[in-house]
Amino acid sequence: MPIEVNGKSLEVDEEGYLANLNEWEPEVATIMAKEDGTELTENHWEVINFLREYYEEYQIAPAVRVLTKAIGKKLGKDKGNSKYLYELFPYGPAKQACKYAGLPKPTGCV
Amino acid sequence: MAEPWEDDELDGPVRKFMYVNRRAPYGTIYALESLEVVLIAAAFEQDVSLVFMDDGVYQIKKEQNTDAIGVKNFSPTYRALEGYDVEKLYVEKESLESRGLTTDDLIVPVQVVEKDQLAELMEEQEVILSF
Repeated sequence: MPIEVNGKSLEVDEEGYLANLNEWEPEVATIMAKEDGTELTENHWEVINFLREYYEEYQIAPAVRVLTKAIGKKLGKDKGNSKYLYELFPYGPAKQACKYAGLPKPTGCV
Repeated sequence: MAEPWEDDELDGPVRKFMYVNRRAPYGTIYALESLEVVLIAAAFEQDVSLVFMDDGVYQIKKEQNTDAIGVKNFSPTYRALEGYDVEKLYVEKESLESRGLTTDDLIVPVQVVEKDQLAELMEEQEVILSF
């Protein structure tokens, strides 16, 4: 079922990932999070923005282990660990955060 | 029960996987499929190495532009391999030279190896997949 964002109807796949990466805007993340019962904080946005930059550079969504390591490098050790990321994104940091960021599901994610 | 964040140490054996890439990056799906399975094997923390030989060396050529053929240029993804701890990238010397290329033409750091060395590296592997 497509999601409604700012009066536009955006196509998503059967798991809720945005069909077209270019249609993303911050509001997409806010709305998807709301459906999951989550309110996005600065800490969430840090990860979402990081993922968008990662995709822009490498054209893939990173596996969770790679994401964790890269976040640690960029934002510090207290954020580059699984516990911190799972608390922010309880459905799985790579899967859930990638969805909010409008990226495809990470390769290697089953 | 373990918390989800305590569960990301993977058990099970680590095997030596070698992916041999021999075809041009576009025109067939082989190069992209190979890259996908490489990323999956790496996500499962296997001991992964890649070989580029024959037209496969073009997969990691700099400045690819796919606008005219209407497919995605996935070459930037090879630069993500380092973050996946995939650092054993071998290029066959003869293939590189016969195409007038040098390592300066490639988007990722590689080790250039001769045919004989490559044969030895292949001997060491547990699994070899050719694309």
